[in-house]
Amino acid sequence: MAGKSSGGEAPGAASAPVSVLDALKGALFAALIALGLCIPMVLLRTEQDISNRLVLEPKWGLVAAIVGIVFAARLAWLMKPARQSSTKARAALTLSPGAARGLQVGGLALLALYPIFALLVVGPSGAIKWVDNFGVKILIFVMLGWGLNIVVGLAGLLDLGYVAFYAVGAYAYAIIATKVIPATAPALGPYAFWICLPIAGLLAAFWGIILGFPVLRLRGDYLAIVTLAFGEIIRLVLINWIDFSNGYAGIQTPRITFFGVPFTSLSGDERTFSDIFGLTGTPTVYRAIFLYYVILCLALLTAAVTIRLRRMPIGRAWEALREDEIACRSLGINTTNTKLTAFAIGAGFGGFAGAFFSARQGFIDPKSFEFIESATILAIVVLGGMGSLLGVAIAAIAMIGGIEILRELDWLKRIFGPDFDPALYRMLIFGLAMVLMMIWKPRGLISTREPTIFLKERRAVSGALVKEGHG
Amino acid sequence: MRLVPPRKGDPLLVVEHMTMRFGGLVAVSNLSFTAQAGLITALIGPNGAGKTTVFNCITGFYKPTTGRMALQTLAPQHNRDIDALTRSGRRWSAGATTPGTGGTFLLERMPDYEIAAKARVARTFQNIRLFSGMTVLENLIVAQHNKLMDASGWTVKGLLGSRVYKAAEAEAIDRARLWLQRIGLEDRADDAAGELPYGAQRRLEIARAMCTEPRLLCLDEPAAGLNPRESAELNTLLKHIRDEDGVSILLIEHDMSVVMGISDHIVVLEYGKKISDGTPEHVRNDPKVIAAYLGVEDEEEVAAAVRGDAR
Repeated sequence: MAGKSSGGEAPGAASAPVSVLDALKGALFAALIALGLCIPMVLLRTEQDISNRLVLEPKWGLVAAIVGIVFAARLAWLMKPARQSSTKARAALTLSPGAARGLQVGGLALLALYPIFALLVVGPSGAIKWVDNFGVKILIFVMLGWGLNIVVGLAGLLDLGYVAFYAVGAYAYAIIATKVIPATAPALGPYAFWICLPIAGLLAAFWGIILGFPVLRLRGDYLAIVTLAFGEIIRLVLINWIDFSNGYAGIQTPRITFFGVPFTSLSGDERTFSDIFGLTGTPTVYRAIFLYYVILCLALLTAAVTIRLRRMPIGRAWEALREDEIACRSLGINTTNTKLTAFAIGAGFGGFAGAFFSARQGFIDPKSFEFIESATILAIVVLGGMGSLLGVAIAAIAMIGGIEILRELDWLKRIFGPDFDPALYRMLIFGLAMVLMMIWKPRGLISTREPTIFLKERRAVSGALVKEGHG
Repeated sequence: MRLVPPRKGDPLLVVEHMTMRFGGLVAVSNLSFTAQAGLITALIGPNGAGKTTVFNCITGFYKPTTGRMALQTLAPQHNRDIDALTRSGRRWSAGATTPGTGGTFLLERMPDYEIAAKARVARTFQNIRLFSGMTVLENLIVAQHNKLMDASGWTVKGLLGSRVYKAAEAEAIDRARLWLQRIGLEDRADDAAGELPYGAQRRLEIARAMCTEPRLLCLDEPAAGLNPRESAELNTLLKHIRDEDGVSILLIEHDMSVVMGISDHIVVLEYGKKISDGTPEHVRNDPKVIAAYLGVEDEEEVAAAVRGDAR
């Protein structure tokens, strides 16, 4: 209770108004620290010149810009009028159930019409980027976030190796589609994705249970470490078991087909999607749009299953497990089964997303399944507010869309010089964004919990009462 | 022979020679006692006497080092084969888990959730363990998990919107509502359990345990932190549970007004050993209890406290 209200205010910043002179002093001090940090980290940069010698190239402009920003930001922070009540401000930002509902319906309509908008606004060739890089990529992470949300948000089991199930799904598709199907039933080749999708989900769920067994007795940090190791083991096996996975060289996977009809013809004599529907233009646009709707359906399936499962006894048992495992056992709930189902179902959705990813990329290798992916998915769940589907979706849009947006910010080069690549700073920006988020909303964007059942009226439960789970 | 349930006063839980060691520490030593059906049995003793350890053993959270804990859900004439059951290595006698019949459960062989689900022993905790982020109603629905899980066909039928599941859920809500009325929390059904005042949380935890439809309800200090009025209400609630629901109660309590007011049978522990066992009248006058349990310095005060007229 005490920790909730004190939040992240810097001591003294909110309470007493600071005089201009003090604020200037404080800002100058912050700028000096920034300067001290920037001199070794930013200023000194070595470049190779034509004769292959390393020469020191000081970046005074960049340093000055950073120091200036720090100075201005600190000054603004210190000068800002004291807030009357930080708790009131926070409460106002919580979504009312009606607003959340409106946001859901509007969001769904926007999602369904998005590729058409993109086509109309930027034309077919420009639409590929907006539909594939933004739409499809974000939706993959929305789906992964919703899948992990079952394990972390509902059951309260901290899983740092979720990407392992994504990899299992991706490699299940790659290996079945390139080795198993051509060897056994080549006629099914065009339908490979649709056959492999359920298999990938089931295999990932199976591996979820395999991971679940050893970690049943672990809690908190120990659980996190073992799941982290599991993710690394899967990746290392994929790197080193070359007969199976082709190692770093990766696997070329067949592209997705429109229920058997290819978008681009490999041999040249097949009837393609464009031929059948009499469409002109680059076929990859149609593929991107089709991929978009496939992943949209998969993600919505994840959401629908999660919403329904929450109202089932198993879903309530997951949340009860997050709240208090011992109390669960005293009520006769088999916590072993409850944890394993959470791992299995969460992993299953990861597997679906993996198979889709594999079909979308056309090529997979172990580099796509590194720890940073697990960390990103977990960050999406935590930032969104554990347990909240809408929050997770918004966080995925912000985080993944944010990465892509950074690539678009070419105008920044005019300020910071031609060498400045905003995409390189994405981790820094994310770190900063996360710290700010945790100060502003420590329980995530949407921290309130919707009850699964009610007697008279549905009242959201304050995030302060909901536990994060302990293992 | 027709199977009949135990009548009031027949043995329900028979604990024999229970010893619990934690490394070199003997928390409970060779404890034997019986909790009778339809009665309230109190387990009392000074702090650190091993009461909660006994509770944790009975409800499966600890496995006793040695000893037998037999829960007999049939009248004594049916329970002659308990030694045979012990030798067989099984956890319960044939038919024990079938509804409508009964048998003997050997609790020391069962894991905690199975004791709650199969032997139907429910418990509460000294430090309240509610699902504080879930609503009051949800707490009571989660307590009926196993029944609902069966009705939902392991979730499959429930996901498909089966009528059986809907009926089971409606029934679960009715049971929850009934208990909310009995503990006076119907108006707060849709509030988070963690928002309730302390006394209400205590009552809710008892109601949640009762929603599992137990045979034996184990309460670990239910009156801790309650004011005298709430304690009196608790007495009434527990008597109702005993008399109207026919559920036997085993409780740990320090509040002598509760213990002396409602217990039918008291077991006194000190340093893990039983020092007295009998009716409240017997225990109250037992010199060993007066001397050992409450200390010997202040005998006047002690006697008054034991008589229960200090309040």
